[in-house]
Amino acid sequence: MPGRDSFLYLVRAEWTKLRTVRGWVVGLALAAILTVGLGMLGPLGSQIACDHVNGAAISACHVTGPPHDATGQEVDDESTFVHRTLTGDGSITARLTAFGGKYFPSGGGPADPTADPTAGMADGLQPWSKAGILVKNGTTFGSAYAAVLATGTHGVRMQYDYTHDTAGPAVTVGSATPRWLRLTRAGDTLTGYDSADGTTWTEIGTARLTNLPRNVEVGVFATSPDFAVVKNSFGGSATNTGPSLATGTFDQIAVTGQSSGAWTVPAIGSAAAGDGGPGAARGPEAVAGAVPSAGGGFTVTGTGDIAPSVPDEGQGKTPESALAGTFGGLIAVIVVAALTMTSEYRRGLIRVSLAASPRRGRLLAAKAVVLGGVSFVVGLAAAAIAVPGVRAVEHSKRMYVYYASTQAEIRMVIGTAALLAVSAVFALAVATIVRRGAAAVAAVIVVIILPYLLAVASVLPAGAAEWLARVTPAAAFAVQQTVIAWPQVRASYTPTNGFYPLSPWLGLAVLCLYAAAAYAVAHRQLRRRDV
Amino acid sequence: MNPFRDALHAEWTKLRTVAGTAWLLATTFLLTVGLSAVSAATVTCDGTRCGEDPAKVGLLGVMAGQAVVAVLAVLAVGEEYGTGMIRVTFAAMPRREVVLAAKATVVAAVTAAAGVLAVLASALVALALLPGHGFTPANGYADLATAATLRAAAGSVLYLVLIALLGVGVTTLLRDSAAAVGAVLGLLYLFPVLAQVISNPDWHRHALQLAPMQAGLDVQATIDVAGQPLSPWQGLGVLALWAFGVLGLGGLTLRMRDA
Repeated sequence: MPGRDSFLYLVRAEWTKLRTVRGWVVGLALAAILTVGLGMLGPLGSQIACDHVNGAAISACHVTGPPHDATGQEVDDESTFVHRTLTGDGSITARLTAFGGKYFPSGGGPADPTADPTAGMADGLQPWSKAGILVKNGTTFGSAYAAVLATGTHGVRMQYDYTHDTAGPAVTVGSATPRWLRLTRAGDTLTGYDSADGTTWTEIGTARLTNLPRNVEVGVFATSPDFAVVKNSFGGSATNTGPSLATGTFDQIAVTGQSSGAWTVPAIGSAAAGDGGPGAARGPEAVAGAVPSAGGGFTVTGTGDIAPSVPDEGQGKTPESALAGTFGGLIAVIVVAALTMTSEYRRGLIRVSLAASPRRGRLLAAKAVVLGGVSFVVGLAAAAIAVPGVRAVEHSKRMYVYYASTQAEIRMVIGTAALLAVSAVFALAVATIVRRGAAAVAAVIVVIILPYLLAVASVLPAGAAEWLARVTPAAAFAVQQTVIAWPQVRASYTPTNGFYPLSPWLGLAVLCLYAAAAYAVAHRQLRRRDV
Repeated sequence: MNPFRDALHAEWTKLRTVAGTAWLLATTFLLTVGLSAVSAATVTCDGTRCGEDPAKVGLLGVMAGQAVVAVLAVLAVGEEYGTGMIRVTFAAMPRREVVLAAKATVVAAVTAAAGVLAVLASALVALALLPGHGFTPANGYADLATAATLRAAAGSVLYLVLIALLGVGVTTLLRDSAAAVGAVLGLLYLFPVLAQVISNPDWHRHALQLAPMQAGLDVQATIDVAGQPLSPWQGLGVLALWAFGVLGLGGLTLRMRDA
């Protein structure tokens, strides 16, 4: 049994106060119920696009979601790839002598698809247009690969397995400034090099592609991501997206090692023919393909991307949407946290508490420990139920749930618990300062939830929304974000689309700063003020 | 003597002499005008039909001001329960529903007064700023000072009044200020968050039609009125149903419950 003036004793006293007030226990239970229950409303109130046709339910409908690679990460894997088979170790070297592209400046596609497929296109590369050399485990979609490539505006880079991206020299490749690229394979290790003259080589990086078979496809490729014009409008943004083209001219192509067979050269328009969709043969895809050029080289024109793909609204649910109920749980926790302090003032209990513990700062600390701990446990339990529970409902309704790594999902659950715990301490501190339950609850809810609403669902433009998600306590919701803003993919990474400007833990740290500042003021006020 | 007039007078004296009232009304004004001005200063329209509704941009601050209005309304009832004053009040005026009606009337009146000032100031700031940010006839915004804008502004004042009535009703039901503020702000702010994750278009629309805040703020629509989940006055009507429904429920429990 700890002594009467020990901190543990105080914590125990506060814990007793908390668990013996029926309203507060109900409030904390309500926090858990709201977090789980409101999260369930999302999938229950949603349906997949193919579920209903003309208002009638159809049963033969299964959404596999966007294509993905072996880990489950959704990816794009579309390019024009001139390739041959390499058996065992070896290398490929090529010189990129020209690199250019076309796109629709107003976004969207061709105005009149029956006419010239490139009519209306302007010359120019996209920032992430790509041309270079590729070592790939076969040509099936989503297979492992490593590439050394030139980009529109991001220099020469080495990329592998969709999500990995290493910067090389920041040079712009063109006919006046050709560039040599090389990839060597030794077992599972691929090393990328680049050179200005073909004699002095600089290593860019290495990739380990585990379980790469003996036979891989090596060659040259070109591809170019969609060009989008984003228009912000009320309640979100409208995106006008259209394909773009990149053309790379390669010569001095050399493959060392055991390489058999001739080059497989995708003919102009073969991708469009393979696609088979109406209009595909008449869009820019119709001019994608490769033709041999002087010196045993190729001129390769491609459209698409080899990169991770960003969640697209309507195609599926993001993992963090399971935690939409956090807002409900947050309000309940804030009310309980504020009441634990203001009710002491209201009933005069504060005088008894402070008589028993004359070192007032320790009373506040004990309350913070109890509230923070209890809120953390409640949040952890609720999030740990909500995430798999909501996912089960989503799967039972045959919805696609976007990929998130296990670490990201664990961080999302623990982060939600921490979010509730820090918010509880914040509310306790504000309640100690203002000594009025209603004012404290309103202040904390308004500074945490209102900026979130203004940032994700209001008329404010993306710049103001990002500022809000950076400097207000609402930044903490970044801890729930699992969708990744890939630097190597151009997309609309705004709070409205679920992308926060701060990293998950940094966002939570912003809320912690607010809570710490409020706690410091509360500590000072409690010690200096009469009760 | 008219009992309602007496009750009104008593409630007005109480509200007038509590120090918090003036502060809360001033905060309502500052938050509303401040956020509206920020939004009018940052939102730009870069082409024809850029989709932004100038009235919603210029009156965005109502989303923040309503929280303070809710606190004011909650405190008007909740503090009486907190201090035990409610027992004195009911001893003096045994007809409890008259007390509630008087409270609601007084709170609504001061909210309306502050709301008129706040909305008027916001609208003037917006009318001064927005034409410089692309809300011009060339971009399809002929004249901002139209009858629709006037309706949006008047509707916003009514919106704040209805939020105050909702606050009075919820607090009468819950009898605790902190819990009531949490409940009112939860009602207002949770629906839009949930509407975001509901992707079924019908359910999404129903959620927006049912949500007190989203439906009520439909009264601010001046462009694409037909595309809103509810017509402006229907939207305000939904909020009125919430407010008077909860207020009625509060009055009923007031009669049946011990104070």
